[in-house]
Amino acid sequence: MRITLTVNGEERRLDVEPRRTLADALREDCGLTGTHLGCEHGACGACTVQVDGTAVRGCLLFAVQCDGSTVRTVEGLAAADGTPHPLQTAFSHEHALQCGFCSPGFLMLTAAALDEDPAVADDPDRLRELLASNLCRCTGYAAIRRAVRRAAGSGGTEPPAG
Amino acid sequence: MKPAAFAYTAASTLEDALRELAAAPEESHVLAGGQSLVLEMNHRAVRPTRLVDINTVPHLGLLQTDDAPDDGARLRVGPLVRHRAFEQPVDEGPLGRLLALAAHCLAHPPIRARGTMLGSLAYAHPTAEWPTLAVTLGAELDLRSVLGHRTLAAEEFLAGPFTTALAPGEMLTEARFPVLPSATGVAFLEHRPTAAGFAVLSVAVALRVADGTVVDARIGLAGAAPRPVRAPAAEGLLTGRPPTDEAITEAAAASAETVADPPADPPAGIPFRQHAVRVLTQRALHRARDDLTERT
Ligand SMILES: Cc1cc2nc3c(=O)[nH]c(=O)nc-3n(C[C@H](O)[C@H](O)[C@H](O)COP(=O)(O)OP(=O)(O)OC[C@H]3O[C@@H](n4cnc5c(N)ncnc54)[C@H](O)[C@@H]3O)c2cc1C
Ligand code: FES
Ligand code: FES
Repeated sequence: MRITLTVNGEERRLDVEPRRTLADALREDCGLTGTHLGCEHGACGACTVQVDGTAVRGCLLFAVQCDGSTVRTVEGLAAADGTPHPLQTAFSHEHALQCGFCSPGFLMLTAAALDEDPAVADDPDRLRELLASNLCRCTGYAAIRRAVRRAAGSGGTEPPAG
Repeated sequence: MKPAAFAYTAASTLEDALRELAAAPEESHVLAGGQSLVLEMNHRAVRPTRLVDINTVPHLGLLQTDDAPDDGARLRVGPLVRHRAFEQPVDEGPLGRLLALAAHCLAHPPIRARGTMLGSLAYAHPTAEWPTLAVTLGAELDLRSVLGHRTLAAEEFLAGPFTTALAPGEMLTEARFPVLPSATGVAFLEHRPTAAGFAVLSVAVALRVADGTVVDARIGLAGAAPRPVRAPAAEGLLTGRPPTDEAITEAAAASAETVADPPADPPAGIPFRQHAVRVLTQRALHRARDDLTERT
């Protein structure tokens, strides 16, 4: 089926089988391999991308369902001149990644959440609920939490206990 | 893995979707949020040859409270209302609070942004949150096909794990929850070892109190039986008395007796499930009582 996606601001005309997931269309048909695939059953969140501004699992959505949509991947996170997104800088400062396999998913998840409501960084319960969406086998999550708080302007410190 | 090939149709109206399903009822699946269906297709646990996407149908996101002609108000929920819609209370009363408590237990924000309440009812996982609340509160469900329309109680609709009354070609088109009177205390608690899957057990409670006496007690359990059930003996022990610590302890013990033939997955023996049901019911009843005193 012929579909059109706007990926990171660029129009992409694709011819995909209905069974092509959005994550595979991005990786295989658009050559954007920043979006990772871990489990392909919704558990790990490595495939998280934004569709029309909302963070979703790229492995649980067919590309044909996104015809006409705007998709943002980790390749589209930095500014056009290459300046990293505040979250990317904060992930680096706080050592919020080791192997980096989960990082694109965490970045797209948390970028959408901060766009929607930056106050999520100051609410320990909401932040825990958000970060529990994705799996990281390396960092133990504390550094990711600090990075999100730093990017939101709350300082790279732990949220108050709650 | 990748899904097997299928033909895809984006439905333009509800009638169109029903016609598409009727064209090959056995081979077709409705595609709602896809947060259970697509992962099962990725694993080839299911291999539908036709998918009818309802995300393209306008006006299926109905979420509103209507006054029923004879008995009270009902919250009406259409097929494209996502889990996320319940994270903030949908009404000012106890129903909105109870749905919000369950919504925050259900999966994760990105899954809640896509998955639908009606899809969850149709999927009928034995410990999914919405089927448990639908049974606890006595929700009614509308089923439609090209042949006509019928309404079932949630209890009749949910036949067992992953098994419902839906016939091939039939679609769930609406769920209706009775709006809870304001003097109702609610609670929802789960036992789950990880946020990455379904709960092992859950307990939903709605306690209506008048003049210090419980006049309506609802206790719903998931993970105690093959499908969500109520605990009538425990409810009976609470009704007609004040919700004292003693009444709560007795009801929690009776609730544990409900455990019979629980789901095999995740593996947890009957003695464990009985113990956990007793503890969770006791906590949930205390919380429901606190919920009531905090508001009145
Ligand atoms: C990692 C992960 C964790 C999860 N955790 C939980 C959890 O804790 N609790 C929980 O409840 N769920 C959980 N889920 C599942 C999620 O809630 C799904 O959204 C839900 O089970 C199915 O709803 P859906 O709209 O996504 O349906 P779909 O996946 O689109 O469909 C599921 C099935 O229902 C059928 N169907 C869908 N809508 C209709 C309809 N209107 N009429 C008739 N048939 C229909 C489909 O044909 C399909 O067979 C989890 C999912 C993932 C990936
Ligand atoms: S690859 Fe999509 S959630 Fe793991
Ligand atoms: S940095 Fe390795 S999985 Fe998260």
